[in-house]
Amino acid sequence: MTIATKLASAAIALAAISGTAMAQDTPIRIGVMLPYSGTFALLGQNITEAMELAMAERNNGGCNIEYIQLDSEADPSRGPENARRLIDRDLVDILVGPVHSGVAMGMVQVVRETGTPLIIPNAGVRQATAELCAPNIFRTSFSNWQPAYPSGTVAYDRGARTAVTLSWDYGAGHQATEAFAESFEAAGGEVVEQLFIPFPDTNFQPLLTQIAGIQPDAVFVFFAGGGAVQFVNDYDDAGLKETIPLYGSGFLTEGVLDAQGDAAEGLLTTLHYADGLDNPVDAHFREAFEAATGRESDVYAMQGYDTGQLIAQALEVVSCDVGDLDALSEAMASATIESPRGTFNMSSSHNPVQDIYLREARDGQNVVIDIAAPALEDPAPGCSM
Amino acid sequence: MIGATTTDNGANGLVRLFLLVGLAVFALFPLVGSTFYVQLGTKVMVFAILAMSLNLLVGFTGLVSLGHAAFFGIAAYSVYFFTPGFTAASVWWTLPAAVGLAGLAALVIGALSLRTKGIFFLMVTLAFGQMVFFLFHDTPIGGSPDGVYVNAVPTFDALGIDLPELRDRYQLIEGGARAPFTLYYVTLACMLAVYAFLAVLLRSLFGHVIQGIRVNEHRMRALGYPVYGYKLASFVIAGLLGGLAGYLWAVQSLFVNPELAGWHMSAEILLMVILGGMGTIYGPILGALALEALRELAEIAIEYGVTASNAIGLTEMDPHRAATDYYLLVEGVVIIAIVIVLPRGLSGLIEDLAAYLRSGRRSAKSEAEQAT
Amino acid sequence: MSFDVFADPAIFLVQLLNATQQGLLLFLIASGLTLIFGIMGIINLAHGSFYMVGAYAAYAVAEATGSFWLALPIGVAAGIALGYVLERLLFRFFYERDHLYQVLLTFGLILIFEEVRGMMFGEDTHRALTPEALDFSIPLLGVQSYPAYRLAISVICLLVALGLYLLISRTRLGMMIRAGAYNREMVQALGINITFVYAAVFGLGTGLAALAGLLEAPVASVEPGISGRYLIISFVVVVIGGIGSVKGAFYGALLIGFVDTFAKVIVPEAAGMSVYLLMAAVLLWRPTGLFGRPA
Repeated sequence: MTIATKLASAAIALAAISGTAMAQDTPIRIGVMLPYSGTFALLGQNITEAMELAMAERNNGGCNIEYIQLDSEADPSRGPENARRLIDRDLVDILVGPVHSGVAMGMVQVVRETGTPLIIPNAGVRQATAELCAPNIFRTSFSNWQPAYPSGTVAYDRGARTAVTLSWDYGAGHQATEAFAESFEAAGGEVVEQLFIPFPDTNFQPLLTQIAGIQPDAVFVFFAGGGAVQFVNDYDDAGLKETIPLYGSGFLTEGVLDAQGDAAEGLLTTLHYADGLDNPVDAHFREAFEAATGRESDVYAMQGYDTGQLIAQALEVVSCDVGDLDALSEAMASATIESPRGTFNMSSSHNPVQDIYLREARDGQNVVIDIAAPALEDPAPGCSM
Repeated sequence: MIGATTTDNGANGLVRLFLLVGLAVFALFPLVGSTFYVQLGTKVMVFAILAMSLNLLVGFTGLVSLGHAAFFGIAAYSVYFFTPGFTAASVWWTLPAAVGLAGLAALVIGALSLRTKGIFFLMVTLAFGQMVFFLFHDTPIGGSPDGVYVNAVPTFDALGIDLPELRDRYQLIEGGARAPFTLYYVTLACMLAVYAFLAVLLRSLFGHVIQGIRVNEHRMRALGYPVYGYKLASFVIAGLLGGLAGYLWAVQSLFVNPELAGWHMSAEILLMVILGGMGTIYGPILGALALEALRELAEIAIEYGVTASNAIGLTEMDPHRAATDYYLLVEGVVIIAIVIVLPRGLSGLIEDLAAYLRSGRRSAKSEAEQAT
Repeated sequence: MSFDVFADPAIFLVQLLNATQQGLLLFLIASGLTLIFGIMGIINLAHGSFYMVGAYAAYAVAEATGSFWLALPIGVAAGIALGYVLERLLFRFFYERDHLYQVLLTFGLILIFEEVRGMMFGEDTHRALTPEALDFSIPLLGVQSYPAYRLAISVICLLVALGLYLLISRTRLGMMIRAGAYNREMVQALGINITFVYAAVFGLGTGLAALAGLLEAPVASVEPGISGRYLIISFVVVVIGGIGSVKGAFYGALLIGFVDTFAKVIVPEAAGMSVYLLMAAVLLWRPTGLFGRPA
């Protein structure tokens, strides 16, 4: 936000307090609460720029748009406060964010009180579109259950009968490994051990030694970012890669293949996105994102792109009138998004109903080799709107 | 002002005037502030209580603790423990229970930590703070490392008298502005009560003994005071008051997470104490207020700076983006600058200013006397 | 809770290797911290930032030249130089100040280092190349195997520990360091060039932390926030071992390595807390640490 708009927002705040109605031609304010510093900074950057790209491509839905960015620092204790800052001080009409599940919990809680439309472009915390679902809460990414669930079937179909799961001991890790266990055991396999390591500890050696001792038919893990780089390398270094197939939620090899090098070669993961998808939207998106930012696109950028598409489409439907929250929510709920991942609709709990791809890591790419689960919908336990 | 380095009564009068004006500003603020700023004000006061409690240790007992956030976190989590479902519990038992738990933890941690001194004490309190952090982070006690919701606000009913809800229901500004008044004023009352309590405490024999310990522990021991007991009592009182802040935090945000007890939080409280100045009771209030203001100002300063450097062709950056990108850098530089330039903090500055004004008046008066 | 780790001798052996390697690496960081603590009385929260300097140096140099071994001297030199400059520009003004100000000063430094890192390297996750000669695994007792490079880390750390022991017990600088750790005023009174000793110790300490970062870069991700990876735990090592005692840091680090490794497989929920519980127990028994001077 510029200094001028900051002053303007203060003026608007004063006007609102004294009961003055806001002018009609005020730009629609989109509050973007993403990490721009710290571990998740690159994710925040990619999401933001891809979202702005999608909005620009659709002429901002024909509306006058202003973005107000706020660094969420991925710090959960400031989550609720930062959300209120955007809603109350900066008077945003639509809120976008965050990356981190803990921050998402705080934001969800605030918008359930205020009614502000919230679009989650990454955080997979399942509750946001399950127990805590609300008419004004949407997600353009995934629920933690979604990309992990098909892995169980994949592992079973490839001959595994026993498996060990391992993840960081936090919400996303539990939700993902439980989803794997759910489908693996439904198919007839047995999860013999569920291992956890405190987040964000990356000393995996003791647990790898345990796994080597158990000798299961398969290992399923949930790690992302730096932890994923380290785990995949350690798994290889420990000599386990040749003997026990490793499966994972696609984040294991997403955006980190360069750093993982040969250790990742041949790994099978499941995710709602992949390299080598044969669709024109994806080809266009990758080219446009690279042209706009000079960086290669990734799954996070793709989610940001769809966030932009969702907002633009909804704004077109309501003709830039964001005052009618019900109409805006309805427009988002019924949107069909021509996504680079393939076309998808929102489920009744406002989470994408999407294909989950089976991908193989080859030469620094997560190449699609199959659809592991077509049009997979998170059953969203506990959601009632 | 007890603990203030100056004993000059005239200067004290000016400081007192400053404090009264400050109180009036706090009291009247919700009438003009928007919802967000009223909530921010509540948060500032919560941190002010927390920083005042730490100042009892750092500024008056001479114990530098880097684990004070533990007591804040324990009381905040207590609110979650006491309202596991959606049924609200009464303030009248949850508040004492939460504060009591924090005090109990302070008793245990203090009893062990106070076996050590100086640098060891600092490190040991840091480690105990981390222990509490991991207790909430890794074990089932804390619920989830991502943090947990408090689903119901403690009720504030006394003897059947219908008091307003502690945490006013949130309403959209368009739907008729109503700032969350009740909690703001409850927090303000708590802050004043803590201030008054500390003022009385520090004037008592106990207060004189702990301040004596800060200056010269050996002398106090030689005089026959049970130094360990006094230090432990001070540590527990600080823990109890820190717990009060934690309780208010949980009620305000209805979301608690392990980071509340982590060492980054402890360092921030210490920063508030230093920024405000540890020689006075009111210093930490200024510190909490200034740190929050600093965040806002740093952002604006970066925007101006980048706009200016763009204008002369030095850089090509989006000013607001730069503000979100570089504010930690600015915060780091400011912290170091404060440590170097303002070792006695803002209250030191105010005391000096008051002393200067008075001496200026006095010298003006004496000049006039000489002229006649 | 599961005690399977003791059931299979092969697993137990490999866990011992894991624990030793972790402990020795921790020793590199903690030894510098304890020296800076003990001799200058400085609490340096930014010590972890030198680990970060080493890790990024390993990544950047190995990436540019293809040689990890070339990164070692460059990274250590960078760590020493940065430590020296900071000692001259900042820390020396804080020797007589309260610990409180040191804590805040170094807390501010952490923020600055992290932002500068972001400007220089961006927010991507990297990893340094494992030296080719060591990029293989050693099979051990049946199904287990152990990466050769991790074994090399342990060997290098042991050599450094030996070198440090010789430096401190056999050289003139070592004598001054020992004297400084024991009684700072006395050293000054004896007319020893304390300015040089301070700068040397500071550089030595930060160089060791950088070395730890360098050594671990091929087996740990190089990413934002790594300056905090071992920060608090190395303070725990220092407190357990006794402030100023390099010997204490050595045994303390190994102890922490063992407790952390075995807690992780026996009681994973309490693994994070285990080292702090250990510290509390040690301090109840000996309030100045295992090898600390009695107060």
